[in-house]
Amino acid sequence: MEFFRIRKDIPFMRYALIFNVISIITFVLAVVFLITKGLNLGVDFTGGTVMEVSYAQPANVPEIRSSLEKLGLHDVAVQNFGTSRDVLIRLPVDVLIRLPVKEGVSSAKLSDSVMESLRKADPSVQKRRVEFVGPQVGKELFENGAMALLVVSAGIVLYLWFRFEWKFGVAAIIANLHDVVIILGCFAFFQWEFSLTVLAAVLAILGYSVNESVVVFDRVRENFRKMRKATVPQIIDNAITSTMSRTIITHGCTQLAVLSMLLFGGETLHYFALALTIGILFGIYSSVLVASPIVMWLGVSREDMLPPKKETAESTP
Amino acid sequence: MNRYPLWKYLIVLAAFVFAVIYALPNVFGEDPAIQISPTRTTKVDATTLARVERVLKQANIEYRGTVLDETSAKVRFGDPEVQLRARDLVQTELGDTYTVAVNLLPATPRALQVLGAKPMYLGLDLRGGVHFLMQVDTRAVLKKASENAADDIRRVLREAKVRYVTVNRLESGAVETVFRDAAQFEQARDVVRKELRDLELSDNRRDSEYVLTARMSEKVLLDKHRYALEQNITALRNRVNELGVAEPVIQQQGQDRIVVQLPGVQDTARAKEILGRTATLEIMLVDEGANTGDTSIGTKMYRMRDGRQIPLKNRVIYSGENIIDAAPGFDSRTNQSIVSITLDARGAAINQRVTGENVNKRMAVVYIEIKSKSKLDANGQPVLDAEGRPVRVSERVEEVITAPVIRQQLGKRFQIEGLDNTQEANELSLLLRAGALAAPVEIIEERTIGPSLGADNIQRGFHSTWIGFAAIAVFMILYYAAFGVISILALAVNVLLLLALLSIMQATLTLPGMAGIALTVGMAIDANVLINERIREELRNGNTPHASIFAGYERAFGTILDSNITTLIAGLALLAFGSGPVRGFAVVLCLGILTSMFSAVMVSRAIVNLYYGNRRKLERVAIGNTAWHKA
Repeated sequence: MEFFRIRKDIPFMRYALIFNVISIITFVLAVVFLITKGLNLGVDFTGGTVMEVSYAQPANVPEIRSSLEKLGLHDVAVQNFGTSRDVLIRLPVDVLIRLPVKEGVSSAKLSDSVMESLRKADPSVQKRRVEFVGPQVGKELFENGAMALLVVSAGIVLYLWFRFEWKFGVAAIIANLHDVVIILGCFAFFQWEFSLTVLAAVLAILGYSVNESVVVFDRVRENFRKMRKATVPQIIDNAITSTMSRTIITHGCTQLAVLSMLLFGGETLHYFALALTIGILFGIYSSVLVASPIVMWLGVSREDMLPPKKETAESTP
Repeated sequence: MNRYPLWKYLIVLAAFVFAVIYALPNVFGEDPAIQISPTRTTKVDATTLARVERVLKQANIEYRGTVLDETSAKVRFGDPEVQLRARDLVQTELGDTYTVAVNLLPATPRALQVLGAKPMYLGLDLRGGVHFLMQVDTRAVLKKASENAADDIRRVLREAKVRYVTVNRLESGAVETVFRDAAQFEQARDVVRKELRDLELSDNRRDSEYVLTARMSEKVLLDKHRYALEQNITALRNRVNELGVAEPVIQQQGQDRIVVQLPGVQDTARAKEILGRTATLEIMLVDEGANTGDTSIGTKMYRMRDGRQIPLKNRVIYSGENIIDAAPGFDSRTNQSIVSITLDARGAAINQRVTGENVNKRMAVVYIEIKSKSKLDANGQPVLDAEGRPVRVSERVEEVITAPVIRQQLGKRFQIEGLDNTQEANELSLLLRAGALAAPVEIIEERTIGPSLGADNIQRGFHSTWIGFAAIAVFMILYYAAFGVISILALAVNVLLLLALLSIMQATLTLPGMAGIALTVGMAIDANVLINERIREELRNGNTPHASIFAGYERAFGTILDSNITTLIAGLALLAFGSGPVRGFAVVLCLGILTSMFSAVMVSRAIVNLYYGNRRKLERVAIGNTAWHKA
């Protein structure tokens, strides 16, 4: 079987400007959504309580809401989770502050009283999961997450600088931050819940998406040696075209695995898999059509790629 | 050209055998079991086990086997219902002096156990249980430390008869002592410097006053901080033992946090009650006049550790909260093990008065704990509540640890003598410290995962990984023919290796970790695709099959290395900055990258070499259609 029978190099670089305009527009849109709508941060980051309960028969969501209001809990999100019998209850952290806190009643005890009142209304209710996170922990996690993002970016730039040239490092990281911002933009636009595992997915994408850029860059470097007479755009076009098949197939395979997670992995992994899906789709696009033009515009030349020592070092891995 | 030396085949074979052996225990799963652990006063040995076996036989409960190790005895069963019945039965038989907990034991065959093969350790989100993250209030530790420093300064100045105006504690934790005249000030500085070496001194003049500022050195503060955390962990561990939980996790996290994970526990209210409870010590006088068995007003009989009875006067002299420190030691004069106790100011004052009045009488150290256990009915069966859970009742347990004779008047520091050996001294000082928490803790994170959700998570994670694997396998074989088959074989070895490493390291597998395995399956195929595409390309360029295969593997290697290292950078950063489930994901991601590089490069190459390498004349290889380019 063979999908890609491309005899001539596709002149990607001729359309580089168009792709970059598209990229800039999506990027700006993503930033606008992030600013105006903001991320719908999960309990991991904001602090608060999340409870997942399960009923023997389809759950009566309005009834659950009213029994929680009787407890003095307003501003509570109650929604079905996966099936009609499973319900997710989200109590933001400031609910606790407004509660008349009795002596010795810590916020962590809240879940017990919620369960009690739910059980009164319907004894078949079962506690599936309760997560309480203090606001301090959430803030720290957020800071650590931002720190991780920074370290990963810096690490990748440094590695590519060391292995290739600084221009490649810069181009790859711009392309990949572009992916990350767009994933975040999607989460902001649709107000999907941004949890700790989604953050892990975003960071994994950052590492994964660089793969793509690296494969193309690797070919660019090789072409600089082989195609002595070609212009820089021709070299890049050839590199992209000849790795095209591999790019699509690899991403296709990863996407198969992630899709299976999205469809069969259950609610808990839903947004994790969703973030990976978006990341993979934009990963293909950005590494091919964002990173390469940037390298070109940064003025990569044959001299950059041909340090005499590297030639020998390269052929004996 | 495409032949491996024998040792390379052997490495691949060894890796494969290793992967199979150590991944295999996961197939066998775990048996429900009960774990019998001793408490302070008891030991678990062959006789204990024999007792347990007799009880189980009498009740006609079938068990699969027993294990006796240094710390506990374990009995495994066929199904969880039998396990719960056996737990109640054994607990009733052995009584309070043993903790009987439900546990899961690997059902790994003995031959594999000998090799140290174990199934993966499942995180709470896969088997259910509760997780607490506790914040230790270290400011309270520092406050207490500076209070003690102030007390110490007052004491040494009084003893040296130096007149001071005031001793004040500052917000910063430093202690200021104010003097009116220079001579007193000088004298005080010398005394404090000599007596209290932990303190760093600085002085200055304020109007007509001389001020001596003392602060604890960074090192001392750090020690106190660390010590408080250690003591809290010990205390929490003692309390968790009360819950009868098998394999609890109690760990320090970061500077001042403690994680407590209790697999299998669902009753958070009870868990919190026990974690927050204080066991304590009380110091009382022995009623020398009373005879054994005779209790008059104001005197009560207590049990000693060796089972003897001892009459104590009811009034509590002081209690564990007055004890600041207890350390095991050795008295060089008598060659005896001792425990050195340090009391706070209030405790010291009382101690001085009471011991002064009671020289040559005996003083008892009583350990007090609130234990809870299942309520039993007349037939010895546990009483169940409306939800079918056993009803728990609390009981106050009191025990005399030691009752030494008072030889002289004691003060802030004194020694407990008359201990048998260093081990006993260690245990006693631990107990004295472990009773109470060194600093208050607050639960800042709490997670409960129901057992049904845990089972659900395992099943879903497992399914999604397999479906993903199968889909990729079908595609690869259709697309790359024989090389597709080889890639999938390499991918299978990769998954096996990953499972084997995770099992060996006993890393905790969580739901995001399972997602990491699924993702690794998808990403690992990248290396194979790179190689296969490269081989096709070389074939298209008109190279011979052997040369193409060779070039395909050699050329792709650099790319594979580069692209995997960048992902590894991301994985390591996740490991460094992530917490909890994210770390689980990161561990799998990092290991997966390493195993996939090995399997894609070494394993698939070995299979290719084995299959094609010996054919001198290789006309064509089955790697899908490559002919179109020439046409």
